[in-house]
Amino acid sequence: MTAIPARVILICSGKGGVGKTTLTANLGIALARLGETTVVLDADFGLRNLDLLLGLENRIVYNAQDVLEETCRLEQALVKHKQEPNLSLLPAGNARMLDWLTSDDMKKIVGMLAERANFVLIDCPAGIETGFRNAAAAAKEAIVITTPEMAAVRDADRVIGLLNTQGVAPVQMVLNRVRPKMVANQDMLGVSDVTDILALPLLGLVLEDEQVITSTNRGEPLTLNGSLSPAGRAYMNVARRLRGEEVPLIDPSRERRGLRARLMGKIRRTTGLF
Amino acid sequence: MALFDFLQHLLGLQKPSATTARERLQLVLAHDRSDLNPELLERMRREILEVVQKYVEIDIESGDVSLATDDRVTALVANLPIRRARPLPNHSLETRVSANPSDSEVLAPGDTPEATPSPSTKAMEVEEVGIAIDPAPSP
Repeated sequence: MTAIPARVILICSGKGGVGKTTLTANLGIALARLGETTVVLDADFGLRNLDLLLGLENRIVYNAQDVLEETCRLEQALVKHKQEPNLSLLPAGNARMLDWLTSDDMKKIVGMLAERANFVLIDCPAGIETGFRNAAAAAKEAIVITTPEMAAVRDADRVIGLLNTQGVAPVQMVLNRVRPKMVANQDMLGVSDVTDILALPLLGLVLEDEQVITSTNRGEPLTLNGSLSPAGRAYMNVARRLRGEEVPLIDPSRERRGLRARLMGKIRRTTGLF
Repeated sequence: MALFDFLQHLLGLQKPSATTARERLQLVLAHDRSDLNPELLERMRREILEVVQKYVEIDIESGDVSLATDDRVTALVANLPIRRARPLPNHSLETRVSANPSDSEVLAPGDTPEATPSPSTKAMEVEEVGIAIDPAPSP
């Protein structure tokens, strides 16, 4: 049992597809690299994907359901990451679990994980129904991830309201997929627009980055690499801030594309070759 | 930005879409957070007008009761142009009502007049009545 109580953090958004699972995977790797024993729990029993993003889908033998039914020990169900042994995944059970799983079951699993880790990250399902409520009941603090789009901000607001009533605190925010050029042209909500509306402290700012897609294809989160892409750096900074380090936020208006990227873009546009 | 949009924006014909998004979000969130349906809001609006009319003559046509939100506090904002005050023996008009005393900071608190205007006041005045709605009752 660890001396300091584990930080149990819910990662949620309300709306689907804004980057919950990507954040969970990257943050898990980042915290592990910073020396923290970390467990990521896939609480999205209906549509599990965390195993895929971590590249661990072929190594799953048991899952959270088996642990609850006591057909295996917790150690047997935990899947240790190949490159980052500080990180383990507890895979979700099957979708039928949604029918019987209660918030007490969730608390029980999380309690077991908290005994053997510094950080427990819960990848929450989209929506605000039972799946979300069960996951929220087991968490102490939360990260709400959103994009600067109306539907995502509105749904995030609903989630923040529910987290407040459930007594989850602190609740912090990660703003994902910001496009600096569109923000500069006032064609996309800016950082301050979203932080003002949701009234949450900003834990991280992630710019739109194509490498998120390629890293997902490979099952290798961006934070795994030594040389970090912009999004990878942003996720790493989120991990640092979570541990209490003071890391300044990037200024999206100053994030310019590199000379090479600009040249290539120009050649692409003028020639139309590739 | 498409050229047409850009020109419209340049000529001041169209607001930037981010501004529109912010305004629409603020309005929809004010309603989401208060959980009030439009029918209930309308009933409340009528009752508020009735109460206010007991004390002052107001312009019902241009009166407006709506929801606004700031820093996760939703406020009910009433903008009621006053034609004239009704003469009353007791000159204490309570214009601000707060559902939650700690959240008494409502929109435009400076607009609340201190004393009842004299019955001879013919000028239109706008009074703002704000009621803060606690977005999340603490458990």
